[in-house]
Amino acid sequence: MTVHDMKHADSDSARLEAVGGRLSRVDGPAKITGAAHYAVEQQLEGLTHAVLVGATIAAGKVTAIDSRAAQTAPGVLAVLTPDTIMELNGASDWLGNPPTQATYSPLVREVTFSGQHIAAVVAETFEQAVAAAALVKVWYDETPAIVDLSDRRAGDGIPIDAMTKEWGDAEAAFAEAPVRICTAYNTPREFQAAMEPHGLIARWQGDELTIWEPSQWLDGMARTYAEWFGVPFENVRLVSPYIGGGFGSKALALAHSAVAAAAAKMLNRPVKLVLNRPQNFTSYGGRAATRQTVAIGADREGRIQSIVHRGVNETAVDGMWVEPLGSVTSIMYATPNFSSKQNVVRVNTVVPGAKRAPGENPSAFGIECAIDELAHELGIDPLEMRLINYAEQDPHAKKPWSTRQLREAFAAGAEAFGWAKRSPAPRSMRDGHQLIGWGVAAGTYPVRRAYGEAVVKILADGSVEVESSSIDMGQGTYTILAQTAAETLGVPVEQVSVKLGDSHFARAGVTGGSRLAGVMTGAVHKAAGQALDELIGLALSDPASPFHGLQANTLHVRDGRIASPRGEGPELSIAAFMRAVGRDHIEARGDTVPANFTPEQRYNNYTTIATAIPHTEGDYSRHSWCAHFVEVHVDEDFGTVRVSRVVSALDSGRLYNPKLAESQWKGGIIMGIGQALLEEGIVDRRHGRIVNGNLADYMLPTNADIPDIRTISVGIPDPHSSALGGKGVGELGIVGVAPAIANAVFHATGKRVRDLPITLEKLI
Amino acid sequence: MRDFSYLRADNIEAARNAAALPGAMLLAGGTTLVDLAKCGVAEPATVIDISHIEGLAAIDVGADRAIIGALAKMSHVADHAGVKSLFPAVSEALWQAASAQLRNMATIGGNLMQRTRCPYFRDPQNFPACNKRAPGSGCSAIGGVTRGHAVLGTSEACIATYPGDLAIALVAFDAEVDLGGRKLKVEDFFLAPGATAEREHDIHPGEVITAIEIPGSAAARRSTYIKVRDRQSYEFAAASAAVGLELEGDGRTIRDIRVALGGVATRPWRARAVEDALKGKTLAEDTVRKASELAMQGAVDHGANHYKIALGPRVIARAILKLGATA
Repeated sequence: MTVHDMKHADSDSARLEAVGGRLSRVDGPAKITGAAHYAVEQQLEGLTHAVLVGATIAAGKVTAIDSRAAQTAPGVLAVLTPDTIMELNGASDWLGNPPTQATYSPLVREVTFSGQHIAAVVAETFEQAVAAAALVKVWYDETPAIVDLSDRRAGDGIPIDAMTKEWGDAEAAFAEAPVRICTAYNTPREFQAAMEPHGLIARWQGDELTIWEPSQWLDGMARTYAEWFGVPFENVRLVSPYIGGGFGSKALALAHSAVAAAAAKMLNRPVKLVLNRPQNFTSYGGRAATRQTVAIGADREGRIQSIVHRGVNETAVDGMWVEPLGSVTSIMYATPNFSSKQNVVRVNTVVPGAKRAPGENPSAFGIECAIDELAHELGIDPLEMRLINYAEQDPHAKKPWSTRQLREAFAAGAEAFGWAKRSPAPRSMRDGHQLIGWGVAAGTYPVRRAYGEAVVKILADGSVEVESSSIDMGQGTYTILAQTAAETLGVPVEQVSVKLGDSHFARAGVTGGSRLAGVMTGAVHKAAGQALDELIGLALSDPASPFHGLQANTLHVRDGRIASPRGEGPELSIAAFMRAVGRDHIEARGDTVPANFTPEQRYNNYTTIATAIPHTEGDYSRHSWCAHFVEVHVDEDFGTVRVSRVVSALDSGRLYNPKLAESQWKGGIIMGIGQALLEEGIVDRRHGRIVNGNLADYMLPTNADIPDIRTISVGIPDPHSSALGGKGVGELGIVGVAPAIANAVFHATGKRVRDLPITLEKLI
Repeated sequence: MRDFSYLRADNIEAARNAAALPGAMLLAGGTTLVDLAKCGVAEPATVIDISHIEGLAAIDVGADRAIIGALAKMSHVADHAGVKSLFPAVSEALWQAASAQLRNMATIGGNLMQRTRCPYFRDPQNFPACNKRAPGSGCSAIGGVTRGHAVLGTSEACIATYPGDLAIALVAFDAEVDLGGRKLKVEDFFLAPGATAEREHDIHPGEVITAIEIPGSAAARRSTYIKVRDRQSYEFAAASAAVGLELEGDGRTIRDIRVALGGVATRPWRARAVEDALKGKTLAEDTVRKASELAMQGAVDHGANHYKIALGPRVIARAILKLGATA
């Protein structure tokens, strides 16, 4: 498994290893030297290769498949079609709801979106499989497709009552308000576009299945595989030591995963299937396209009287995705009257999915642009506008915030950015042909909590191992869990090795919604505490212990050495102590699961998200907060927008490792710049097909597009949010970036662009 | 990607002989050929690797002309001191093309053979109709997603944009391409689609590009390349302009001017109407902006690419005024 050399720490902190220290990512050297082996790099004897054949229509029936030429092509072992692939069982969904259908075929006859998997070719080599897949001929009976939200036949969609949030009489209060704005905001279909494509290697040994696959949720995906193939959960092992970017897309076992696992079973050979880049745009969902209208009524002093919000997101013909568009709208500002409702519209697309801050991200785009428009309408500074309407408690849950350092974020960000020097009128700042604009927007993300488990082992040589089936997709799990164990046990961090990404380790729930750090530092802290208790108990009670008979009721461990609190008696290393008492290891399995949970509840805790703890549970409403200050340059002739400066102040509570937190925040901000200016899945309306499904044409920011980004932590420890006082980090950074940029573009040009991305033709 | 034969040519004669074989394609830097083979557009029967041929990568720059070997890398030409001082637009066009990794691999000869980024051209599986790939099959782009498509030089058969940067500068300065047995203007080397969209270059089986020759001029010495695009790097032009300017001794009367446009046409587009309107005129913003509009004579848009008609002249005007301001 994965052992990282810890001896490459920064020298700018004396206590790097402690929680809160700026320890560099311990997996970094392995990644940059190529020593880190990703899931599909696994080398196996007898490995075969599968390549998918996708539908070239968006809606209709497959009437015939001619696979004869493919079957006789060199190296081909099998051509799988809906007729020949083995039948799988239906599997429960991620909430744990039982399957709606008893059987499942990942290859389809009824096509509901372009690119949907119809067939697969398995061959001895990848090249042979690619060549043979091109020989598979498919005939269709095509029917009209609904290509996107603007398709007239799509209609108003399905109301999602669970999304309705209302208090007061929002419509009446809006109608009576002296100042009103009502505007519409659209966000396009966006994709996670991780550098590492989706893919897997599947191997069966009897009725035991091993899957090497990048995964944000080993236990959840293992459950799906187990249910598909009707084998016990314990028979499925998922291995995912590193993930080359997930951004929400890698938490579920998908149709292509089922194809590979079924092919491996049918051929009794290991099968590797990696989606090519265009398939990464059609085999799983990105962020759903959204439409929102935001109506705000205010008095002349800028105090909000009412917010009326309506949202729509697209979903699939054969799957449901709700992107909660009222999530930020309902909590960011104090208002006596509020109404938010949401519909979903079925279109011919793959089921949309989670992309960084699902819900909060587009929600913030609506409300944070709208508040800017209201500020302009009233002639009030947009930062002042936000402070006038500052929510002192959760306006929806009517509970106090656990912590909300948003006012501090506004103050720190404004100070560092120099907001006070902003010239208020649009189009009033320039440098030659470049119009300069300054914009601000806030963001938030709820603290998602769950229960976790970890194993901590103290070994004979004094080293420590931490095991968990959670994962590290670059955010720093390896590093912060090493820091947590080191601090709790009192050992140097270089003596700790963290093993992740194997579903046979101590179980873990999904890595998503910024919950992992809070959950797993809590679990490791607890397991390490138990291991320490056992070590000290042994030291005091074992007759062979040098501390036996000492008049002390406890001992200290510091820098890997055991001593009594007052210094009497011996002091020796953990290794020497383990030799003295003849132990080869001490192991503790610690968890934060409620003691009264049944085995079924424990299983569901790790394999579904049904047991997640609401962020408004108990007496508090728990959220992370941020404020982004952005400067843009807009070319007055060309309409090109470049972000020239970003200052963001963020409240993620206590930071377990500020260096890693800053890195995640910056990653989110960069992704937000892409969302604001570049990213859009472009659909050919005649064919219902994404035409820019590759990394040259689906535009992501390059280094040249990213300016200096300054992040400022304004968080304080939040004891209501997690064991060690942290709140969420990873999702937060992106929330509010796009509206801050859109607001800055308005300030630069006087032109309000309400449809993302803000491309040049919208400004010339 | 289907199987193909691989032949390594050790000299130019061997390359020419092999290039005459049916289904033969030349491999130099590979940045276009490998890409197009992966997406199923290029299906060579034989790949002739010319990257080892000696003597084809020289860069020879003098005041009267630059001769650039076909195998010179984009990055080497871009960074060549003589090119930078005597043909700045050429260097700037190369610097703004592709990415550092691609520029380090791609050759100058291969750059001229670069093919369009039209998404319909590049996806034969989903869009069988493409007159470039299959003459007479139709054009999938017309009526589809056209934001990046051409507004100049289009036909009913094809509206695909010529994607390159270097050739825009070459066309502005009357460069020639050396095909061994014959030389022709780069401007004539690139063909408008007309009714034969599959013919993109005036090159015959058995011909191999050996060099590019750019005549030196005062306009080439005072030249620039401006590229407008959605992102700052690694992207094709929404519109670009290569412009060279020579002023009279008074420092404000235009003696010679060269203007070519990229990102808006089916081939590198020399804007002679703009040049003719400005020669002999006094350099002034109004005059320049008005004359630049002439570049779009005959432009036809397909909806989403309408913005290019407004953008193109603005890029030209910016380039001319920038050169005028740096006397």
